[in-house]
Amino acid sequence: MDFWFSEMHTDNVKMSIRVEKQLFSGQSDFQRIDVFDSIEFGRFLTSDGSVIFSEKDEFTYDEMIVHVPMAVHPNVKKVLVIGGGDGGVARELGYYKEIEAIDVVEPDELFVKVCREFFPDNACGLDDPRVQLHYRDGLRFLRGKSDEYDLIINDSTDPLGHTAGLFTKEFYGSCYKALKSDGIMVYQHGSPFFDEDEEACRAMHRKAFRSFPISRVYQAHIPTCPSGYWLFGFASKKYHPLHDLDAKRWRERHIKTWYYTTNLHTGAFMLPRYVEDLLEEEEGKVKKDDN
Amino acid sequence: MDIERQRSAPVYEALERFRKQRVVPFDVPGHKRGRGNPELVKLLGERCVGLDVNSMKPLDNLCHPVSVIYEAEQLAADAFGAAHAYFMVGGTTSAVQSMVLTACKAGDKIILPRNVHRSVINALVLCGAEPVYVNPEVDNHIGIALGMELSQVEDAVLKHPDATAILINNPTYYGICSDLRSIVKLAHEHGMMALVDEAHGTHLYFNDSLPVSAMEAGADMAAVSMHKSGGSLTQSSLLLLGEGVNTRYVEQIINLTQTTSASYLLLSSLDISRRNLALRGCESFEKVKNMAEYARDEINFIGGYYAYGKDLVNGGSIYDYDVTKLSVYTRDIGLTGIEVYDLLRDEYDIQIEFGDIGNILAYISIGDRIQDIERLVGALEDIKRLYSKPTSKLHNAEYIQPIVAATPQKAFYSEKKLVPIRETAGRICGEFVMCYPPGIPILSPGEMVTKEIIDYILFAKEKGCSMQGPEDGSLEKLNVLVE
Repeated sequence: MDFWFSEMHTDNVKMSIRVEKQLFSGQSDFQRIDVFDSIEFGRFLTSDGSVIFSEKDEFTYDEMIVHVPMAVHPNVKKVLVIGGGDGGVARELGYYKEIEAIDVVEPDELFVKVCREFFPDNACGLDDPRVQLHYRDGLRFLRGKSDEYDLIINDSTDPLGHTAGLFTKEFYGSCYKALKSDGIMVYQHGSPFFDEDEEACRAMHRKAFRSFPISRVYQAHIPTCPSGYWLFGFASKKYHPLHDLDAKRWRERHIKTWYYTTNLHTGAFMLPRYVEDLLEEEEGKVKKDDN
Repeated sequence: MDIERQRSAPVYEALERFRKQRVVPFDVPGHKRGRGNPELVKLLGERCVGLDVNSMKPLDNLCHPVSVIYEAEQLAADAFGAAHAYFMVGGTTSAVQSMVLTACKAGDKIILPRNVHRSVINALVLCGAEPVYVNPEVDNHIGIALGMELSQVEDAVLKHPDATAILINNPTYYGICSDLRSIVKLAHEHGMMALVDEAHGTHLYFNDSLPVSAMEAGADMAAVSMHKSGGSLTQSSLLLLGEGVNTRYVEQIINLTQTTSASYLLLSSLDISRRNLALRGCESFEKVKNMAEYARDEINFIGGYYAYGKDLVNGGSIYDYDVTKLSVYTRDIGLTGIEVYDLLRDEYDIQIEFGDIGNILAYISIGDRIQDIERLVGALEDIKRLYSKPTSKLHNAEYIQPIVAATPQKAFYSEKKLVPIRETAGRICGEFVMCYPPGIPILSPGEMVTKEIIDYILFAKEKGCSMQGPEDGSLEKLNVLVE
């Protein structure tokens, strides 16, 4: 049997994974969700035909979006995770004893249900007693919140799909307001490699750079993402991702990771020239607008 | 409405049959299913250009419909509770003009609210009828023009018993409805036609909890913008007739100005949209209504904004309110509607319908999703946080009863010259002068300029109202008729 899942990364580039069998298919108010089993990536979940995560590479993503800010901010008590209904981010956060409350805001109940059934290793993160799951729209949840969170993680992936609202200026503004005066926001920054994705990537940096005093970008290698190369945004009111990195403190926590190390933390912020250039170009535009 | 019949879409089905026949075209349009214009095919797609065909026997002809277009129009009439319906391809402007031209000829009078769409005045230029204006009340807080009070329409009818028609907006751009049933009854008691501009009212026909529609209220004619809330393509529209209107005459009027090469893209979009509305309209507009109400609640919860709704209803100039509209008064955060409109587009990538001095209007439709509403509300909250300013008082407009000295037609065709505005008292105005807010013309072509009006224009200008219409944008000079 020759059974392949394909995702178009651009009109002219396609990524295919040989599928053993399809485990689930369903339509919610927000998206079509499919779950497949594969030899190379294990189980993987897709939303409207795009891979959201796979068993094989989800650790990269969950670790990089959690441990990077957690190794910088000295005292995180309250965390907001937007999206993240799979539980992977909550699971990583669960390793930190000082965290008192984790709000996970996921609009799509079906997504959570499917993750609980097919990805129990991720979804176990949602069972942490500190986690409170809210089936709400992210923007709606943030509205009216101010000075409340130490860390906000935007775990939504698609700036063009049903989570488009989480990549907008109003979202960054709402996050800024919901964060305490030393708060950090990390978010998916997309992939800058293909022409089609470059503009979305640029726009994201422009918005974050304008909304936060510190706005840096870091990278990771995630095979199922377009071009296998993925960026994250680190937007912060006070702490710098490198100057305020406390590597010793983090290592003493003895958290078991597969991707993240404090050495890699520093390296992740060292970007290729073309990425640095396009980010700086956007920063220049914002500075020009502000003058 | 016969639901079983409404499941068919005759024009659409005829186009599908025609496509499968693979007829070789030796007729217009010359692009021949796009082959002669590959760039156009690339932009619009093969299916789309393939539908751009000529009127012919299997596809009927809009100028004299006898088969599929005729059937489609009958279905539309049934869906809208009308005696007849006409597919219009020149926008709702063409439907409005057909109404006015049907009801009035040169020298006739027509009673209408001062805040009519410009297409109505343009129709008066075409036919030479004389306008009799009724004062639309203005809300003092939000500064917008409202509906017509029944008593004021009554006064106009008694003063001008020879008028041939009354024209009513149902609703206005902002969603305000007059007492349509009573005004229609009044018109008929005095032998006048009731014409209704429903450019913003397609949805009223498909949800019982919304304000009454023209056909339900017994009106004679209605111009319905299917392309606004109805979901059809831009420029497509419907003209509806009530019982007892001479259809042959209406058809002659329509054909005076209608193209003889009507686009099948527009016609099929009307046909398909009518089917959608008939089958799913009620449910769709329930959703739209709920989204708009939700947005209203959320926006009012932010504070500083006033998203108005049914709370405005006063039984007179605001007899009813169309809750699918989302209008927001923005002055209390110190920003004009235009400023908020620009911020939404430039900073938040959100395009709304319009902003005036005091308000913004976001158009909510069957194409919206709740997550987009959240974006709009989120953006408004962010705008308040980042851009709000100390509030400034709005200048409240007064209504000045116009003196119609010449018909719009006479004014249009007369020789005109620019005269310094302070010297124009006693002259006949040759152009529009509009003031936003509230968007009511202060002068329209053919009206006497008075000292009171000049003072008012200069005062409103000084107070920062946006003045629109005149050739001289600075309003130092005004176009008046050469005597």
